[in-house]
Amino acid sequence: MTHLLLMLMAWLNASGMGSVSDAADLRFQISDFRIFERSVTIAESLTDRSIDWPDWSQWQRVLSLRDYNTRIVMLGTGLLGLAAGMVGSFTLLRRRALMGDALSHATLPGVGLAFLLAPKFGLDGKSLPVLLTGAALSGIAGVAAILYVRNLTRLKEDAALGIVLSVFFGAGIAILTIAQQGAGHVAGLESFIYGKTASMIADDARLIAGAGLASLIIVTLLFKELTLLCFDDTFAGSRGYPVLLLDLVLMTLVVAVTIIGLQAVGLVLMIALLVIPAAAARFWTHDLKRMTLISAGIGGAGGLVGSAMSAVFPNLPSGAMIVIVCSVLFFLSMFLGRSRGILVRVARRWELNRTVDHQHLLRGMYELLEIQEEPGVATGRNVPFSSLLSMRSWSSFRLRREISRCLRNGLLVRNDDQSLSLTDSGMVEASRLAHEHRLWELYLITHADVAPGRVDQAADAIEHVLEPELIVRLEGLLRQELATQGVVPSPHPLEQIAADATAKTATAVADHSLTSSQKDETP
Amino acid sequence: MTSSVPLAVSDLTVAWHRKPVIWDVDLEVEPGQLVGVVGPNGAGKSTLLKAIMDLVPKASGRVEVFGRPYKKSRARVGYVPQRESVDWDFPISVLDVVTMGLYGKIGWCMPVRHKHREIARHALERVGIAELANRQISQLSGGQQQRTFLARALVQDADLYLMDEPFAAVDAATEKAIVEILRDMRQAGKTTLVIHHDLHTVPEYFDSLVLLNMRVVASGPTNEVFTRENLERTYGGRLTLLDEATEAMRRRERIL
Repeated sequence: MTHLLLMLMAWLNASGMGSVSDAADLRFQISDFRIFERSVTIAESLTDRSIDWPDWSQWQRVLSLRDYNTRIVMLGTGLLGLAAGMVGSFTLLRRRALMGDALSHATLPGVGLAFLLAPKFGLDGKSLPVLLTGAALSGIAGVAAILYVRNLTRLKEDAALGIVLSVFFGAGIAILTIAQQGAGHVAGLESFIYGKTASMIADDARLIAGAGLASLIIVTLLFKELTLLCFDDTFAGSRGYPVLLLDLVLMTLVVAVTIIGLQAVGLVLMIALLVIPAAAARFWTHDLKRMTLISAGIGGAGGLVGSAMSAVFPNLPSGAMIVIVCSVLFFLSMFLGRSRGILVRVARRWELNRTVDHQHLLRGMYELLEIQEEPGVATGRNVPFSSLLSMRSWSSFRLRREISRCLRNGLLVRNDDQSLSLTDSGMVEASRLAHEHRLWELYLITHADVAPGRVDQAADAIEHVLEPELIVRLEGLLRQELATQGVVPSPHPLEQIAADATAKTATAVADHSLTSSQKDETP
Repeated sequence: MTSSVPLAVSDLTVAWHRKPVIWDVDLEVEPGQLVGVVGPNGAGKSTLLKAIMDLVPKASGRVEVFGRPYKKSRARVGYVPQRESVDWDFPISVLDVVTMGLYGKIGWCMPVRHKHREIARHALERVGIAELANRQISQLSGGQQQRTFLARALVQDADLYLMDEPFAAVDAATEKAIVEILRDMRQAGKTTLVIHHDLHTVPEYFDSLVLLNMRVVASGPTNEVFTRENLERTYGGRLTLLDEATEAMRRRERIL
C-alpha cells in the first residue's frame, strides 16, 4: 500500500517537476484547454452551468490521460479518496461519522475570513495554503463548539451538531458575500462549497498527496491502537491507553482529510467520501483490515473516476460527480457484497427454504410409509402424490419442484402409476431426517415441557437451522430415553398429525386442488 | 516498594454531576482470594471498578494496587468489562479481540506477531473455545462472548483481576467453565474481584464478599458477611434519605 503511494508520488514528481518549472507557467498551460476557473466570479460561475455533451475527442482526451492537468487532478482526488476511505472506516466504527460533516461545514467561514484577512498580513488571499489554514482553524473551532455546547447544556450531541453545522455554514455564506462586495475578486472561493477540480494545480495535488500519505502512514502505524479505541475504549483506558489523545488523533485525521478534500469535493459533500466507502466496504467483509483496504479502494476509485467525469463535463461540480460514482459503488456493494450484501442474504434464505422443503418431503415420505407399515421399519413402498400434498401446507408447485430435485439426485423414483418410492440412498436420508426430528421432539417434550400435540411444529421451527454437532449432543442427552437402535419411534401418533395437517391445510389444498388434479390427469 | 496487598481503597468517593455514585468506600482485599462484589442496581459496582482503574474521576479518596497507584501497577491488573459495553457486530475475529489484551506488551505501532497469536490461542483453549479463534465476533453466543472477554484478560497473566458481571446472561456450561478458571487462578495465587448479581451462588463461589450500596455495607469472609441482616441492609433501601438528599441536589443542579 505504502509502496504504491510512494511510486505514485514519484510519478507525480517526475511528470510535474520535469515539464513545468513553476506554478505560474503551469496555470498558463492549463488555460490552453480550459478556462481557468479562479478568474470567473461567483455570479458568473453560478449561472454558467450549461452542459455540453462532450464529443468523442474530449472523452478520448480524458480517458487517455493525455492532459497533464487531468493526470494531476485524478491523482490528487484518487489519493484523497484513498485517505478518506481509510480514515472513514474508523470514524464510522467509532460512530463519529457525522462529526466529519459538521467539521467540513464549519470550514466555510474560515475560508472567507482567510481571504479577507490575508492581505492585511501581507499574504496572498487566494493561495491555497492560506485558505486551507483558515478552513482548518474554523473547522476545529466548529468541533470545539459542538463539544462545548454538548458539555455545557443538556442538549444531545445531534442537536449540538445541527446547530453548529448550520450556524457556521450560514456565517460562511455571509462572509463570502461580504468578501465579494468588498474585495471583488473572490473568484474560486465558491468552488470550496461544491468542489471544482478544474482549479486544481500541481501544487494542490502535491498537497493532497502529502496529507493523504501522512494520514495513511498514521493509520497504518496506529492501526491496532485505533482498532482498540473503536472497539472497546473502556478496556483501552484500563490498559493505560490515552483514549482522549487517540480520539484527538482520529479527529485530526478527519480534519486533514476534510481540508485537503475541500477543493476537489467541496465542503457540502465531503462527508460522502468519509462515510460511503466505509459503509460500502462493510458489505464485503467481516475483517477490519480488509474493510479498511476495500474502503480505501472504493474511495480511491470514486475519486479517480469522479474527477475523470468532471473533466469530461467541466461545468458540473466535481464533488457531485465523485459522490455519484461513490454511491454507484455503494449500491453495487449493498446488493452484491459478499458477506452482508442483499443478494447473498436472499440466496441464503432461498437455500434454507430449499433445505426445509427437501427435509419435509423426505420425512413426509418416511412417515407415510411408516403409517402403512410397522413403526420404525418403513420399506420402499409406494406413496401417492396426493397424500404427500395433503401432509403440509405446501403448494403443488413447490412439492413438484422438490420432487423433481430428489428424482434428479436419485433419492426418489417415480413408479408407473405416478406414485413415488424412496431409493436406497433416499431411505437412508429419510430415516436420518425422521430420526433427528424425533430427537428434537423428545428433547422438547422431556426438557422443555412442550405438549406432545404441539411438538411437531415446535421441533420443525428449529431443526432446519442447527448443525450436526448438536444432534450428537442431543443423542447423548437423550441416551436414557433412547432404548432402541436406529430411528426413534415418533413420540406422538402420526396419523393424528397427518389428519391435523390435512384439516389445517384444507383451504390451501382446496386452492391448489384444481391445478393439481388437472396436472394429475394430464400425464 | 510493592506491598503484598493487591487492592486497598480508602475513603473513595465518586460523583457524577455532583451526585455521588459511591460514597466513602473503604476496602482491603487479601491476596489469593476470590472476592464477590454484590449490591442492587445502581449501587455503583461498575463505578467502583472503573474508579479503581482511574477510568472515572475520583471526587476524593485513594486507591493502591499492590501498594502503588494504579498507573504504576497497571501491568499486574486484568480487566473484564461488561459484555454489553461493546458492539459485537464489530468487524474483527475472536483472536483479534483476545490479542488486544497483549497490546500493552506488544507496544505502540508494533504489529501483532505470531508468538502473540499463540499466547492468545492458548488463552482461548483455557476458556474452551479454541475452535472459534477465527470466527467473526458477531457469530458468538452470549456465553462465547463472555469467554472471549475472559481470554483477553487471561493473556495478560495479571495478578489482580477485576471482572464486571462475568456471569451475566451466560449459559450454565459457560458459568461452570468460568468458575473453574477462577478457582484455577486462585490456586495460582491470583486475586479476583468479581461483580456478581446472583445471590444463590454467592456462598459457593466466593471466599469473601463486599456488599455495596453506594457505600460498603459490609465486607469480609463470606460466611461472616453473607447474612440475612446484611443483605437486607444492602438491598432494603435504608439509604433512602441519602438518596433523597442527592436527588434534591441534582434537581437544583438542573435549574442552575
